[in-house]
Amino acid sequence: MTTTAAPLDVAALRADFPILSRTVRDGKRLVYLDSGATSQRPTQVLDAEKAFLQQHNAAVHRGAHQLAEEATDAYEGARQRIADFVGADFGELVFTKNATEGFNLVAYAMGNAATSGPEAARFVVGPGDEIVVTEMEHHANLVPWQQLASRTGATLKWFTLTQDGRLDLSDVDSVITPRTKVVAFTHQSNVTGVINPVDVLVAASRKVGALTVLDACQSVPHSPVDFRALGVDFASFSGHKMLGPSGIGVLYGRRELLEALPPFITGGSMIELVKMEGSSFAPPPQRFEAGSPMTSQAVGLGAAVDYLSVVGMERVNAHEHALTVAALEGLSAVKGVRLIGPQDTVARGGAVPFEIEGVHPHDAGQVLDSLGIAVRVGHHCAWPLHRCLNAQSSVRASFYLYNTLDEVDALVDGVREAQKFFGVA
Amino acid sequence: MQLQQMYQEIILDHYKNPHGRGLRDPFDAESFQVNPTCGDEVTLRVHLVDDVVKDVSYDGQGCSISQASTSVLTDLVVGKPVGEAFEKLDAFVELMQGRGKVEPDEDVLEDGIAFAGVAKYPARVKCALLGWMAFKDAVARSQGAA
Repeated sequence: MTTTAAPLDVAALRADFPILSRTVRDGKRLVYLDSGATSQRPTQVLDAEKAFLQQHNAAVHRGAHQLAEEATDAYEGARQRIADFVGADFGELVFTKNATEGFNLVAYAMGNAATSGPEAARFVVGPGDEIVVTEMEHHANLVPWQQLASRTGATLKWFTLTQDGRLDLSDVDSVITPRTKVVAFTHQSNVTGVINPVDVLVAASRKVGALTVLDACQSVPHSPVDFRALGVDFASFSGHKMLGPSGIGVLYGRRELLEALPPFITGGSMIELVKMEGSSFAPPPQRFEAGSPMTSQAVGLGAAVDYLSVVGMERVNAHEHALTVAALEGLSAVKGVRLIGPQDTVARGGAVPFEIEGVHPHDAGQVLDSLGIAVRVGHHCAWPLHRCLNAQSSVRASFYLYNTLDEVDALVDGVREAQKFFGVA
Repeated sequence: MQLQQMYQEIILDHYKNPHGRGLRDPFDAESFQVNPTCGDEVTLRVHLVDDVVKDVSYDGQGCSISQASTSVLTDLVVGKPVGEAFEKLDAFVELMQGRGKVEPDEDVLEDGIAFAGVAKYPARVKCALLGWMAFKDAVARSQGAA
């Protein structure tokens, strides 16, 4: 990875994250290596949320008073800035409660297409059609497609993985066929950090007229992402993994698709005309934002995007790359540690999963926790991936812009400590 | 050190040398339990004769806490009438759900009292209860089938 940008001043950045200076477990310095699960929020984001609530709070898109106007401006202003951040137009971003809801929105809307107007015909899925996913998926981008298949009679197919945890694309045309209606895949694995070749999958999908749905939860927070340049049809990501609040996610959909897509959740705010006999629906994105939406969360996510833009996503990415290199080196030098997934740093982001021979991941996590080191243990909502890579579960360290090489060292020392504690070193 | 409070020697001993492990015949009912957050699993069989727990056999994959607590379970319930086994089950569940505030009775729980420290870690309570829930379920199944 080459970058000409100046490296991050991590010490200065860390000062923006108050939680990173707290201690845990009887005075241990917190070493937070679980940003893949949720990231921490800088003061700038917390302040933006608070300022909104103290100065501008009102229901958006209703009411004609000054606060309602200000709240609506703040909400829609955040949408615009987030759209700019990911290479989308204003009208192509839908706020959801989280990324999972975004995948469900597309899957359920496709399920509703059969009983919608002719404009929705391209979304109809039924017996004989195929839905393609991968064995690398987070459950959020897998279970909704399993469910769509079982509701509609379509067939679920999937790409399997190579031994080192990359997508096996040796026979793309046998998986993505003229019967394929949708191809759902992750941009970057939440377990192994593997970055998938979006261009290959988009090209194969386009060739057969299949829609693409990208899980961008682990890519948007950690690297420059431009959905238009990637050419995907839909993408979903969450606020809390990119320095923003929980309770907000974002669904991207190409404008012409969102315009033709039937609604998922219905009710207030998403209508055009309501009569007792039936209703018509608002254009996107409102069509997909039924009910009172989250507001301070949208403002907070807007502030998170501002923060990341100032830091620069290239620099964030380069910093995490350096941490990943150090973690892979450090951990592979420990006898008895098995790295899961690729052993190299080609096309991979800042997540490092591993097993320790003779120490169950849950127990390893407990030892690390006693040292103040927060990691994720278990299957990380990617059970099929673990089965595929012959792991019952794993320990995952994941990095963000505020992590340091010292923290990587602490992790490696902690792993040795766990081996000592369980008498396997 | 906090870690030693949780991982008592008794727990580590049971983990390294589990009692009653392996699936055996005969049995009346089997239960498969899984902890969906970590994927740990246990398959456990019970064999009851005249309302007495004649055998508990099990196999599974899991952390030291789940494996050790299942090992302790077999020590506590095999040879006991079902009613007494369930009293121990209730006592163990109460201990584990007590957030570290329940004083365990060694006469009832024997080695099971070693898990008092685990109860302070909410994320690990499910681990400790995995085998016990399988036992409860297997007994219910065997009685339902009778």
